[in-house]
Amino acid sequence: MDKEVIIEKINNFLVEEFEVEKDDIAPEADLKETLELDSLDFVDLVVAIESNFGVKLVGEDFVNVKTLQDFYNLIENKLS
Amino acid sequence: MTKRVVITGMGIYSCIGENVNKVKESLYNGTSGIVVDEERIAFGYRSPLTGMVPKPNLKKALSRRQRISMGEESEYAYMATIEALENAKISQDFIDNNEVGILYGNDSTAKSVTESNDKIREKKDTTLVGSGAIFKGMNSSVTMNLSTIFKLTGINFTVSAACASGSHSIGMAYQLIKSGLQDCIICGGAQEINKLAMGSFDGLGVFSTNTSNPQEASRPFDVDRDGLVPSGGAATLILESYDSAVKRGAPILGEIIGYGFSSNGEHISTPNVNGPSRAMKMALEQANIPANIIDYVNAHATSTPVGDANEAKAIFEVFGEKGPFVSSTKSMTGHECWMAGASEVIYSLIMMKSGFIAPSINLNQPDEDAAKLNLVSKTLDKKFDVFLSNSFGFGGTNSALIIKNI
Repeated sequence: MDKEVIIEKINNFLVEEFEVEKDDIAPEADLKETLELDSLDFVDLVVAIESNFGVKLVGEDFVNVKTLQDFYNLIENKLS
Repeated sequence: MTKRVVITGMGIYSCIGENVNKVKESLYNGTSGIVVDEERIAFGYRSPLTGMVPKPNLKKALSRRQRISMGEESEYAYMATIEALENAKISQDFIDNNEVGILYGNDSTAKSVTESNDKIREKKDTTLVGSGAIFKGMNSSVTMNLSTIFKLTGINFTVSAACASGSHSIGMAYQLIKSGLQDCIICGGAQEINKLAMGSFDGLGVFSTNTSNPQEASRPFDVDRDGLVPSGGAATLILESYDSAVKRGAPILGEIIGYGFSSNGEHISTPNVNGPSRAMKMALEQANIPANIIDYVNAHATSTPVGDANEAKAIFEVFGEKGPFVSSTKSMTGHECWMAGASEVIYSLIMMKSGFIAPSINLNQPDEDAAKLNLVSKTLDKKFDVFLSNSFGFGGTNSALIIKNI
């Protein structure tokens, strides 16, 4: 899957399902703070990734994920 | 020294209206909220009859995090509670600066639990059910959601007592305020409406199958009744100490003066006469008033032959000849189950504040026991000042509340 498609899909569900403000979406945005995602939201991120990309993330996958760019990279790696 | 307990707000989301004003109109006009739910036929129900309410759109009012933890019953309860708080003139600022509690009646979250487990079965993975599932599926879902949304800091738990849940929640709140432990409590009852919630109840064969005339299906006390009609929604009351209500200049809708309760100690589903009779007598003793002071009884009467007959016998035993006016609003709403004890206090309060008694519609010919009561089958323009509301549930739990005008 193209990197651009991955980014677009992720941005879409963040805005549509997680109600993140469009203007807050930026590669350097801190996933937890800027996007106001709490620990429960990470469970729902796993659900969203599974339904959008067919891959199942686990808690350890998020260890090095701080920014949205890290998150894009994680999914890209999982799909490659 | 005990405190006086008053009702300062009410809100309702029911099949005969989604707010107090609409409900008042339906009660006065004797309008039924019963419809046929086609989905139930395909699902295997014996009877597709039900009360129905629209799904509230909470997208603007609540955040995603708040919404995904709410099942149907919590959504209905939120709608009723918003109206009740407005009605009571209670702002978020007041809640933030005072210890407000919540005691709410609820006894199922069938849809949420079923859908969660279906998802786990499908995915073979518990994480993929999402973070909201646990909070939607617990029986205390309503109180955990509302206490979080409104940032409540007082008493906080759910009352599960079958079809008397809503009534007991008011009774418990009354006791806590009366004893001085709390000053203000949000209470009420919520009931989910969906095919996953009522199938096992339908399986007992106690639902009316009068599908040719859905609005005539619920006919408490009538000889031609053939069972109850399930229903739902939510009803919220704001209970407050009289001192607190006066201090903040709140509207006072009525004063709770008696709460009686009992358990039948017999069959799991068949009601008896003694249990309800003892609950009503206890409420009268608590209120310290003779039976003839009660002007109106809002009967539990669900439109089942044994239940109606036994309640009629109990009411006659307590009040005797020339007893109070009696009607069952379930003739219009159907049986709102976990919500009913709270909604019926609201229906009765609306009548008391507006000077009329809503009819038991579809009551053409009362049965032998009901004929001894002073039944109201047509809307009666009548001012009254004291009413008693009965609620009974599976397991033989009984609750009777007495409320007077103030």
